[in-house]
This record gives sequence, C-alpha cells and structure tokens, in this order.
Amino acid sequence: MPTAAIPLWEVFLRSRNGLSHKHVGSLHATDAALALQAARDLFTRRGEGISIWVVPSNAITASDPADQGMLFEPAASKIYRHPTFYEIPDEVGHM
Amino acid sequence: MTHVPSREGTAAMPGSIQVAPSPPVQYVLRRADDALILGHRLSEWCGHAPMMEEDMALANMGLDLIGQARSLYAHAGTLEAAGHDEDDFAYRRDERAYVNLLLVEQPNGDFAATMLRQFLYAAFALPYWTAMMASRDATLAAIAAKAEKEMAYHLRHAGEWVVRLGDGTGESHARAAAALDALWPYTGEMFAVDAVERAAIEAGEGIDPSGLRPGWRAMVARVLAQATLAMPEDGWMQQGGRQGRHSEHMGYLLAELQHVQRSIPGAVW
Repeated sequence: MPTAAIPLWEVFLRSRNGLSHKHVGSLHATDAALALQAARDLFTRRGEGISIWVVPSNAITASDPADQGMLFEPAASKIYRHPTFYEIPDEVGHM
Repeated sequence: MTHVPSREGTAAMPGSIQVAPSPPVQYVLRRADDALILGHRLSEWCGHAPMMEEDMALANMGLDLIGQARSLYAHAGTLEAAGHDEDDFAYRRDERAYVNLLLVEQPNGDFAATMLRQFLYAAFALPYWTAMMASRDATLAAIAAKAEKEMAYHLRHAGEWVVRLGDGTGESHARAAAALDALWPYTGEMFAVDAVERAAIEAGEGIDPSGLRPGWRAMVARVLAQATLAMPEDGWMQQGGRQGRHSEHMGYLLAELQHVQRSIPGAVW
C-alpha cells in the first residue's frame, strides 16, 4: 500500500456562496496540488461544491476524547447561555 | 480445409452497421471515436489504479470522454440520417470502420504510459475544442464548450503527474521517459490534414489541426522541461487510424468493448 508514505489531507467544501467550508472527508496525496485535484475527483462529482480547501491532517490539533468531561460538561448546566432562557417582552416584537 | 480470407476482403460481421463515407459524418466520427476509445482505455483502470484517489480520477476522465463520445455519435447520427444511434456507432462497427487516432488505442501500459498518453492527447484536445467553440456547426460548438472545460482538467491533472513522474525517482523517470519515446511516433497523426479534414475546415465547421501544432509543442515542451524529460525528435510518425488501419491492440480492445452487444444484440439494462 502506498498510503504509508503518502500524507493524509482533510477536505473542506463550500457548497455555495455565503456558506462556510465544511469538512467532507479525507484522502491521500503526495502534495497540495494533487490533494486538491483528488478532492475535486472524490468529493465534487455531483455538484457538491464551488470551493475546495485541503489541509494536511497533521496540521490539525485535536482535543483528546478523554478530556470530554472536563471540556464540555461544564457547559451543560449553563442554560442561560441559550437565547430561549430569556423571556422577551411583547413590546420588543420580532428580534 | 479452412479458408482464411484476407483482411481487406473480410466480410462485415453479422449485425454490423455500414456508415456513410460522407466527409461531414466521418469528421464527427473521428472525434467521437477518439473520445470513446480513450475513455474505454481509462475505464480499464477502474479498480486497478495504484491508489483509490487516482482510481477515481481516471474513471472521472474516462466518463468525461465517454460523455463527449455520446454527444458526438448522436450528432453523427443526425448528420448521416440513416437511423444509427450512439450504440450502433459505438458497438456495431467492424474494426476498419473506427477512425480514431492510433495514440488513443495504445495500451495503458504502466501508470506513466497512461499519464503520458493522456497528457499528449489533452495538450492537443484542449486547444482543438477551444477553437471548435467558434464552429459554424452549432452542435459541434456546443459540444466543444463542454469538452473544453473537461480537457483543461485532463491536461492539468495529467501534466501534474508527468512532472512528478519525470522529476520523481530514478524508476519513475525511466518509466516516463520510456513511455514518452514509445508514444511520440503516434503524435504526428493528430495534426494530419486529409480530404475529410479539409472539407470540414473549408466549411468553417472543423478546425485546422496543423495550426495547433506550435502551441501544442510549446505546451509539451514546457511540461517536459519541468519533468526533466527530453523532448523526443520528430522522426517517423505512425498514421492510419483516421483511415481505419489500426495497431494490433485495437482488435482486442473492441472484442472487450463490443462483447455484450455482439453476444446479445440490442441488450439494454
């Protein structure tokens, strides 16, 4: 398999103007130019995008799954961070 | 005793169609056959490419070409007005009735040979279809507008690989150089002008390919220089594909391409 020597890339697509790029998958390619072409060939076969980003996977710093409790659970009790927590006076109308 | 007929005198296979020799029909068929045969060659890689990403790239390019072939066969059928559809042209002609370039029927060989073949063809097809967008034949101009974008991508993709293979490892360089030398004698045919070509050019419907040669050479020279590959000398150039005289590989290709339609005529799915 050539994959051991060939770096992995993460692919992001923007489906139309005004939307942000979204992660759609990953692929192997020897360099950025070929990664972009492979992304086009793998992920835009059905008109999915108008812009492609490729990023070397090893450029991404990821959170540790073991830290999930410490990182994310404290937010669960902060219900006042959701707009639905607040009652809007009728006089305000549509916000 | 078995009678072995000469190749020239061989009767058409049962179920074969005969296509009108009219120049406008033959002109369009030549382009359709180029696209079909090269598309078929690329389809042979499906499931066999060195990596999954490239498997998809080769299949995508093959589908572009088969799409071009379909449009061109449909147009040839309209021009011929003999009731032949795309499948009749693609599957029900004998070898001598195919008029594609010898270049596109050459075997896939290794990955370098496939990429060099694609590069040499795309470097011609891109300016060819770009020029064809101004054809007086509105259907050809419309087909050209679609093909031009597809061939621009084929040229970019194959060109990137030619650079990487040529300027890669010792082995990839040697393979790319060998493929280039083997394919070079088939490049002259792209620029040949005979009576069929001349009739289309004079009608304002076809493109004079000889005028595209300097641009083609410049594009090829630029990429080969980047790839550290030596541009071969123009020596003896193979010809005959446009007249239906093919290399020995064509019969095997057609046997596979036509097998189902020849075995089960009219089969649909």
